[in-house]
Amino acid sequence: MSRVPVKMTINGRAVEALIEPRTLLIHFLREQAGLTGAHIGCDTSHCGACTVDLNAMSVKSCTVFAIQANGAEIVTIEGMAAADGTLHALQDGFRQMHGLQCGYCTPGMIMRAHSLLKENPNPSEDEIRIGISGNLCRCTGYQNIVKSIQYAAAKINGVPYQEAAE
Amino acid sequence: MIPSGFEYHRPNSVQEAVALLAQLGEEARPLAGGHSLIPVMKTRLSAPEHLIDLAGVSGLKGIRQEPGHIVIGAMTTQYEISGSPLLAETLPILRETSLQIGDPQIRYLGTLGGNVANGDPGNDMPAVMMCLDAEYQLVGQSGQRGVRARDFYLGAYDTARQNGEILTEIRIPVPPRGHGYAYEKLKRKVGDYAVAAAAVILTMTNGKCTMASIGLTNVADTPLWAEAAAQALIGTGLDHAAIANAAAAAETITDPAADGRGPAEYRTKMAGMMVRRAIARAKSRAQN
Ligand SMILES: Cc1cc2nc3c(=O)[nH]c(=O)nc-3n(C[C@H](O)[C@H](O)[C@H](O)COP(=O)(O)OP(=O)(O)OC[C@H]3O[C@@H](n4cnc5c(N)ncnc54)[C@H](O)[C@@H]3O)c2cc1C
Ligand code: FES
Ligand code: FES
Repeated sequence: MSRVPVKMTINGRAVEALIEPRTLLIHFLREQAGLTGAHIGCDTSHCGACTVDLNAMSVKSCTVFAIQANGAEIVTIEGMAAADGTLHALQDGFRQMHGLQCGYCTPGMIMRAHSLLKENPNPSEDEIRIGISGNLCRCTGYQNIVKSIQYAAAKINGVPYQEAAE
Repeated sequence: MIPSGFEYHRPNSVQEAVALLAQLGEEARPLAGGHSLIPVMKTRLSAPEHLIDLAGVSGLKGIRQEPGHIVIGAMTTQYEISGSPLLAETLPILRETSLQIGDPQIRYLGTLGGNVANGDPGNDMPAVMMCLDAEYQLVGQSGQRGVRARDFYLGAYDTARQNGEILTEIRIPVPPRGHGYAYEKLKRKVGDYAVAAAAVILTMTNGKCTMASIGLTNVADTPLWAEAAAQALIGTGLDHAAIANAAAAAETITDPAADGRGPAEYRTKMAGMMVRRAIARAKSRAQN
């Protein structure tokens, strides 16, 4: 099959390449753009480990062709920390609140939480749980992931984080 | 998993898309949100040689009001449907249904057009469209035609859409103000298709049901319009007996597959249960 040109902005950097149309966005990111932060967990559109931001929407990059992202603005986990290495509030939240164990789901969780908090800067626990319902974690039991996102929301909103009573 | 190779086309207009479909024939498939098509391409259950991406086609997105109707462009996403103030006011059942489809990531990309054109009996919107008596606008090289949702589904993955046609928009008659509605879906987990689901709209006047319509999801090889079940409600106060009659009438038209979602008998019973719950909730929401 003939290759086609594709152009997108990934983490603020313009990327151009020639690809086969059947190339999935996750493969493009990992194998051609060298960004291995987004993971392939299930490869069947269920687990969310491959979640990245595409034009401010969280998408499962195992279920998008790279060519569909032609001209798009992509953000991956590699684009979250500041240039000087300062962690994003979500990264900090996952660290402070122990929101990960093996870490496999974490890039997808953080990218999903990123667009969730942009749409809803002050989500309730229920809204967080519904918001991350397309992301599976086999380790944590989700409690600390919810707390990590609450921590990040508080930090972004400039208010002190208060752990809800158990 | 890597799909087999294909050529990618990105037309800008409906005319261009339809011309491409006509020219490329059987081997060409429209691509909308890709969230039904790409998974089956990855497993190679489907291997189209050409994909016609509708993302760049102008005029296929958006929600507008016409006298007596709401018109939704085929490329409008579930996310856009669940967030529309116009739909919240006129057709709240669409928000309730779209929020039960897949998960947030899937709703950002999955479109209404793809959901109703796909022909999978597991899709949630087709039964709702049957319930609402929606009409699908299909455009082919020889012109445009409307097909009612109630006439569209012929079998699993078999619809009245011809190969060369594109679904452009969905026209939905607006139910009366104050109508009751509910979409009740039993599923094993978030992101799963229904074990059974029921869509209900109804109106109440002076304590009596004056209009009712019921659609069923994933309990036959097509979505079902449960005409007799709805008829059993008309003129009643939606008391226990009327609801039981409707549920029984709905159960008799089901013919579910036995699969991971349960044995056929169970799914038939669950269809009845979803009808009961949906009627009760629609009743509680209807203004007299
Ligand atoms: C993990 C997961 C869970 C899901 N859960 C649910 C669920 O609970 N309920 C549910 O209903 N769906 C569910 N889906 C399916 C999802 O809603 C799909 O988005 C939807 O079925 C198809 O819409 P699409 O825009 O993605 O279409 P595509 O996948 O792009 O297309 C689907 C089919 O329709 C055809 N088509 C699309 N648009 C048009 C058009 N305008 N004209 C003519 N033909 C067209 C395509 O050629 C293709 O054959 C799920 C999907 C995944 C991956
Ligand atoms: S790898 Fe994409 S959803 Fe699991
Ligand atoms: S931390 Fe291991 S899968 Fe989530």
